[in-house]
Amino acid sequence: MKPKSDMTDYLNDREVLNPAQPTCDKSNAYTLGPLQTGPYCCIPEPVIQVKDLSLFYGAKRALDKVTLAIYRGCITALIGPSGCGKTSFLSAINRLTDLIPDCRVEGAVQFEGNDIYDATCNVQQLRKQIGMVFQKPTPFPLSIQRNIALPLREHGITQRADIQVITEQVLRDVGLWDEVCDRLDAPALSLSGGQQQRLCIARALALDPQILLMDEPCSALDPIASSVVEDLINRLNGRYTIVIVTHNLAQARRIANYAAFFWVKERERIGHLVEFGHCRDIFETPTHPLTAAYVSGTRG
Amino acid sequence: MYKQIGVTGKPNHLLRDQMIRLLIYLMVLCVSGVFLWILLDLIHGGGALLSWDFLTDVPRDAGRAGGIGSILISTLLVLLIALLVALPVGWATAMLLAEFIPAMSLLGRWVRYSLQVLAGVPSIVFGLFGYAFFSIYLGMGFSILSGGLTLACMLLPILVSTAEAGLRAVPESYRLSAAALGMSRTATLFHLLLPVAAPAWAAGLLLGIGRAAAETAALMFTSGYVDRMPESLLDSGRVLALHIFDLSMNVPGGDAPAYASALVLIILLLVINLIAMQLIHFWQRRKLNTE
Ligand SMILES: Nc1ncnc2c1ncn2[C@@H]1O[C@H](COP(=O)(O)OP(=O)(O)O)[C@@H](O)[C@H]1O
Ligand SMILES: [Mg+2]
Repeated sequence: MKPKSDMTDYLNDREVLNPAQPTCDKSNAYTLGPLQTGPYCCIPEPVIQVKDLSLFYGAKRALDKVTLAIYRGCITALIGPSGCGKTSFLSAINRLTDLIPDCRVEGAVQFEGNDIYDATCNVQQLRKQIGMVFQKPTPFPLSIQRNIALPLREHGITQRADIQVITEQVLRDVGLWDEVCDRLDAPALSLSGGQQQRLCIARALALDPQILLMDEPCSALDPIASSVVEDLINRLNGRYTIVIVTHNLAQARRIANYAAFFWVKERERIGHLVEFGHCRDIFETPTHPLTAAYVSGTRG
Repeated sequence: MYKQIGVTGKPNHLLRDQMIRLLIYLMVLCVSGVFLWILLDLIHGGGALLSWDFLTDVPRDAGRAGGIGSILISTLLVLLIALLVALPVGWATAMLLAEFIPAMSLLGRWVRYSLQVLAGVPSIVFGLFGYAFFSIYLGMGFSILSGGLTLACMLLPILVSTAEAGLRAVPESYRLSAAALGMSRTATLFHLLLPVAAPAWAAGLLLGIGRAAAETAALMFTSGYVDRMPESLLDSGRVLALHIFDLSMNVPGGDAPAYASALVLIILLLVINLIAMQLIHFWQRRKLNTE
């Protein structure tokens, strides 16, 4: 990490990110307007430490020896071509890999200093702390209300009044409240794609996680819905630690503090981490020629 | 210059489309026609005999006179026992196969294979097995209990395969997102997967009930022929399907009561189906909490 960041610099940048004056007004969020990079985080304090993480599907190695840190309160963008293991990397962080048959993980992932692959790790608690949003919106085929209530109940919040308060709060957080407050009993699948994705984000936020993993949250959405979600991510910045996979380099530049560039070798099809650092450095002064080629659009 | 493309003229395969459409309608007509024909035939042959007395009386004179009260009770008891045993065992097996062990595991393949074999066994063989095992070896004799348990064995393959297929048809993304929200496997299963898969489970249940209610061969040697009112589950009791078979094959002059009994059997199945569908839909709506 270069010691470029200092407190005032950070605070100035945060000021710009204040929701009252959004960084990117919508007009240039989906046109090719001027790009900005997210600010440096002030105190790089790792909340997740990934060491030599390798991931296998059966005998096939999908990720090779990834080592990086996710910093508290920052947005980390994962970029790279399809198939380089970004989704696999995310699911190794909340142990969603447990659900994939024949999927095996080597190396260590530490969350707040505890190894999550240790036998003593409470996976349910881990996943409550580390929320996840998928590429395709995945609301349950329940009512809007119950989509949020079901996981809450599972985590011991059973009072109807509490659930109502949380539901309203998270729906307001994602800007969905005004759109759905009069039809909370309607099926979640009747919402539009962008609304469904925001509902999924709200559902994850309802559990009050520390970290939010987002796997290409905008890629299934149209540009306007996508900019709404992007604004939302900007508003979440600072309150949550966010790891976001995105194919939209402009978006990564706009919102991320840190960036990790993954690549997959043509022949072996093994994904690996090429470069990790401040977002601005990855985009403006990349050290690896592959990164330089990818961010300038000549490869990938 | 663009080439002028008109929109008049005959579309491709017009005749074929129309033929296939016609054919499909004809098939539908055949299917519903067969059912209607059977129903009308039954009403014609036995409708006159139907009355409250017929439903409540015990059969007299080998079934030529009297009613089918005892037969109905035996039928319902045998069905009840079969379902009480087969549903928990079958549905638990389906959950195990679909949710708790990998699809290709040794246990999974073995269980699935044995169920496939079981599904292909003719019902008369189930009858002989039930006779040898429940009636003789376990000492239940000719009894409603023995018949019900034999039927339960017969129903297992249907219940397991439909329920397992229903669970497997639920998109994997529901399981992943539920897990990502820290939900346990059982909570995901009971609050999400089962309500979504409920229609498939209901279809299996109804198929099973139909199969069970129509069974004669498996019950001939297990619950037996006795047409008295059963006093306990260890009494022998003749079921409706067997009664119909006996009336039409062995009892001269038993045609009219046979028709009437068959009519009752069909109406009974319709009623059970309707109730089961309503219950499942009600439950599903409540679990999914959507209108
Ligand atoms: N469930 C799975 N089973 C087997 N191989 C998989 C599975 N999921 C992903 N892979 C493979 O792992 C590699 C990385 O995939 P993924 O993590 O989805 O990449 P990305 O998200 O960067 O596009 C790909 O080659 C893909 O084919
Ligand atoms: Mg992916």
